[in-house]
Amino acid sequence: MERKIRVLVGKPGLDGHDRGAKVIARSFRDAGMEVIYSGLHRTPEELARMAVEEDVDVVACSILSGAHNTLLPRVVECLKKEKGTDELDVLVLAGGIIPAEDVEFLKQNGVDEVFGPGTSTQEIVEYTKANLKR
Amino acid sequence: MHNQVIQGLREKKRAALARAVTLVESGSEHAPHILEQAYKLKGRSKIVGITGSPGVGKSTLVDSLIGVIRERGHSVGVIAVDPSSPFTGGAILGDRVRLRSRTTDDGVFFRSLASRGYLGGLSRHTGEVITLFEAFGFDYILVETVGTGQSEVDIMRYAHSVLVVMAPGLGDDIQAIKAGILEIGDVFCVNKADRPDADRDVAVLEAMLALNKDWQWKPPVVKTVASQGKGVPELLDKIDEHLEFLKQSNLLEERVSRSYLAALEANLRRETVDLILSKARSDGTLAHALKQLSEGKTYPAALAKQLVKTYLIRRND
Repeated sequence: MERKIRVLVGKPGLDGHDRGAKVIARSFRDAGMEVIYSGLHRTPEELARMAVEEDVDVVACSILSGAHNTLLPRVVECLKKEKGTDELDVLVLAGGIIPAEDVEFLKQNGVDEVFGPGTSTQEIVEYTKANLKR
Repeated sequence: MHNQVIQGLREKKRAALARAVTLVESGSEHAPHILEQAYKLKGRSKIVGITGSPGVGKSTLVDSLIGVIRERGHSVGVIAVDPSSPFTGGAILGDRVRLRSRTTDDGVFFRSLASRGYLGGLSRHTGEVITLFEAFGFDYILVETVGTGQSEVDIMRYAHSVLVVMAPGLGDDIQAIKAGILEIGDVFCVNKADRPDADRDVAVLEAMLALNKDWQWKPPVVKTVASQGKGVPELLDKIDEHLEFLKQSNLLEERVSRSYLAALEANLRRETVDLILSKARSDGTLAHALKQLSEGKTYPAALAKQLVKTYLIRRND
């Protein structure tokens, strides 16, 4: 049997809006992936621990609070610490309300891709399938 | 690769356990090596199955039980199964959402599994995943089934102790005398006991249990409000009492050997089905057989017997 793609859909930080996260989770599910939803209000440490225990291929974070420049680099840092390596075999994605001028900073800090409002779920699924790291 | 994973399991590295589960679940070539070592490494964990209908509060109860187990100084591994889509094979594994307080506790390890088309309330490889958890050496292993209906009783083949969770208002007393899931409980829990009808449901359950006169172990019924942690220490006490009873009465060995049989049976089925189908596919028998079926010249049961005869039974010539 081929290995299933596993995705952690994470909600880091304090924003309480997860309609978008649930829509994305559903899209990954419909693409045949196994999706673990973190629930609201998770710390980067918690998300990294979940990603390791669930052995996911993808960590997809949804943030609408504006705290992405603080939280997302921290998620990447925690993942490296939990995995004990700087070479992550996990694809790190971000979505939500993230201004275009922040994207470069996030990419320099370990986020592989950023998807803003209006991105089709199909585009996200296709990107994910094409860019898995293991 | 498997050597690295096995070494990691010995050193109790979480990432190694996580990767071992992935390899076993996906039927990797590394899986047999890892499982062989896991069988040698495994100690004695208390394996507790947790089952019940969707929405009765199993995941919340697991979160609460984790808290009590940790307060008592024990480690705990959790295996939570949720259903896969029969159409796409995808799944939403949502049991983590209820795990609120102990996510980064080093004494807790939580893994979500998708059922992947398996219908007994668990997934095809759950038994093997339990073995990996045993090798890691948790004091307790909690196995949460998918939300079950009435007949998903596979958990009894793997757990030492089965906890059946119910919530008030989900059925009358005819439900309580039906066969199936209510027969497999070693401990019963009426959760959401702050709702009306909780006491009535406890009474109905106890009346049902009283119909059996010769219990060796009469399953206790515990009321809980898992979201507030109420009744959960008492529930864990009852589970511990049941495990102690099994030990004292030598029934534990019986249950352990039952789980070996279940694992063996599951593997035999998988191996034989794979063997027959791949042989029949490669020599063209399968295509021919399907054609015969569609033309009404034979029927599936007869064909299955025929295939077993052809490929499995060695002739003496």
